[in-house]
Amino acid sequence: MKDQSLTRAKNPLVRFVISNAVPILFVILLIFAVPLSGFSTDYLLNEIITRLGRNSFLVISLLIPVMAGMGLNFGIVLGAMAGQIGLIFMLDWGVVGIPGIVLAMLIGTPIAILLGMLAGMILNRAKGREMVTSMILGFFINGIYQLTILYGMGSVIPIASDKLLLPRGYGVRNAIDLISIRKALDNMWSIEISGVSIPLGVFAIIAALCIFVFWFTRTKLGQDMRAVGQDMQVAATAGINVDRTRTLSIIISTVLACYGQIIFLQNIGTINTYNSHDQVGTFAIAALLIGGASVAKATIPNVFIGITLFHLTFIVAPRAGKELLGQAQIGEFFRVFVSYGIIAISLALYAWRRQVEKETERRQAKAAIKAAVEDGTGG
Amino acid sequence: MFEGIANLIEKAGWPRIIIALFLLSLFVIAPFVNISIGTSISDTLVRFAMNSVLVLSLVPMVQSGCGLNFGMQLGVIAGLIGAVTSIELGVTGLAGFLTAIGIAIPFAAILGFFYGLLLNRVKGDEMVVATYVGFSSVAFMSMMWLLLPYKSPNMIWGYGGSGLRTTISVEGYWLGVLNNFLSIRIGNFFFPTGTILFFALIALLVWSFFKTKLGTAMTAAGSNPVYAKAAGVNVDRMRILSVVISTVIAAVGILVYEQSFGFIQLYMAPLLMAFPAVAALLLGGASVSKASMGNVIIGAFLFQGILTMTPSVMNNLIKSDMSEVIRIIVSNGMIVYALTRRTKVRK
Repeated sequence: MKDQSLTRAKNPLVRFVISNAVPILFVILLIFAVPLSGFSTDYLLNEIITRLGRNSFLVISLLIPVMAGMGLNFGIVLGAMAGQIGLIFMLDWGVVGIPGIVLAMLIGTPIAILLGMLAGMILNRAKGREMVTSMILGFFINGIYQLTILYGMGSVIPIASDKLLLPRGYGVRNAIDLISIRKALDNMWSIEISGVSIPLGVFAIIAALCIFVFWFTRTKLGQDMRAVGQDMQVAATAGINVDRTRTLSIIISTVLACYGQIIFLQNIGTINTYNSHDQVGTFAIAALLIGGASVAKATIPNVFIGITLFHLTFIVAPRAGKELLGQAQIGEFFRVFVSYGIIAISLALYAWRRQVEKETERRQAKAAIKAAVEDGTGG
Repeated sequence: MFEGIANLIEKAGWPRIIIALFLLSLFVIAPFVNISIGTSISDTLVRFAMNSVLVLSLVPMVQSGCGLNFGMQLGVIAGLIGAVTSIELGVTGLAGFLTAIGIAIPFAAILGFFYGLLLNRVKGDEMVVATYVGFSSVAFMSMMWLLLPYKSPNMIWGYGGSGLRTTISVEGYWLGVLNNFLSIRIGNFFFPTGTILFFALIALLVWSFFKTKLGTAMTAAGSNPVYAKAAGVNVDRMRILSVVISTVIAAVGILVYEQSFGFIQLYMAPLLMAFPAVAALLLGGASVSKASMGNVIIGAFLFQGILTMTPSVMNNLIKSDMSEVIRIIVSNGMIVYALTRRTKVRK
């Protein structure tokens, strides 16, 4: 109840601080950590721009399932895996540069759609626990992915290039060079302002995606998703096919994550075939939550604020840890702790708030009944 | 006849049957690819014994309605604190093992209490919150392992002189104290009597606890909280108690695991430890809201059987080790299956 009265605080400043507690906390943390790390402003600015270009697409892919009331889609790793499969084929066929990236996306799309359909079906059977299910589903599909890549490729699925295969003749190598498409998108159209290079091409794509998401929320389907997210029963009575709408939101999210991973990897320049996708979900979700999003509400500003704060913490934490405690490794662990911890806290706070709301509602209903009964007997 | 089989399949569920048949076929193939059945069975038994207590630790929380304890790492951490502290104190043999348990239990109880308080605030979302509580606590303890002032030269990095190593051998302290107790060795067949007895003891304790009034109240709080509340059960307190018990058993469980495995694994090693245990319990026939001792025993045996048998059989059969991939698919597939099953109304 205390919680509720706080969110309804009269003072707008207090209300702002409470509803943005997480980002504010990180800003304070960074105010201390950034000077401690001793990095130059130019370096940090460069890094942040790079990381915004690299990660935004992936984080934006989380938005639509949140809108449909399915929470944070840990299943974006499915899309990431689809993207990586696309890249492997692209490398095998020897297509380079921008056409290569487009080809990888074209191969990845149907795989992502199929995986998204599967995920949607499974999550519809696990209503109320979508998040944990999507997370475990990510682990499960990771097993299938490894089976396919490690045993299927080169034996069942034809892969011609020796450079991709393990010496034993089948299975893809652990690390593959993406030199043929490295920074192809980044360098397509980029400018440099006083030592800070800005990949305008990538940002144009991200801007287009933002416009798409914005437009999407105004379409019939987008409105349906919002209705489903509000209340599944009401949406169903209004004639919306709830299961189909939910599945569509997951499919869109998975396909976007597929493209996001391709954009991410062309910037990095190598694929760790068996690990690159592992942490995609965790990091994207942590970034979004640090940006002030919750399980039920996530907006485009949350994405950019979150990536900036999260990755700034990522960059400075090891150095700050070294300066403060003499061990860089502490900083490493600290950032892992922060990303997991922030997810734990955000999820817990959200669940707690919802529980409190439910209880208040019940109490109010009870009081109303009691009042009505007393009215009846009194009158 | 057919109805009986159909009924059995319905009761056991397809995934369980497929996996049981898979394991059976592995045991059948084994002799043809020159794998000794004796070694296989004793390997399975050793691994069953070392993991069984961890699987058992999940039961109280499932019963009280807190769901699958994906935050088992909290208990594991308490166990690890007990383990490294007992080595620091230099106690060896059974005394060392008991010291480790003695130190671990209060830590586990305290952590479990706060963890229980948290889980009471997030009813309905326990599992996803628990997962990330577990993950973040492992990362937090990774910092602590670097900073805590342990001094034993057997545990800290050779250079620098501070910070615990990633793996610490328990050899010379309490390696195999349970495994070798009353153990039976015939040729290459080995039966870890002590560990199995220890597991049986804890299982008996938990089983009889659920037969007491308190235990029944806990089950009631899990299966029907509204009814339990009406009957005068303090549901929240029951849930906290179950979380404390689960966490304490998990702390003991990791020590049982380590005395058999031979090493204490610190830092990020415990990160994913909850998942195999959860998968084993589900494989044994438990659901998100109901688990029994039988589920623990069958599940741990089936799961560890597959983990033991696939590498050896597959290696000899197709000259390639697919066990890791099979482990990932089986364990996570099992969890997904359990999460998607609609909880049926019991008669």
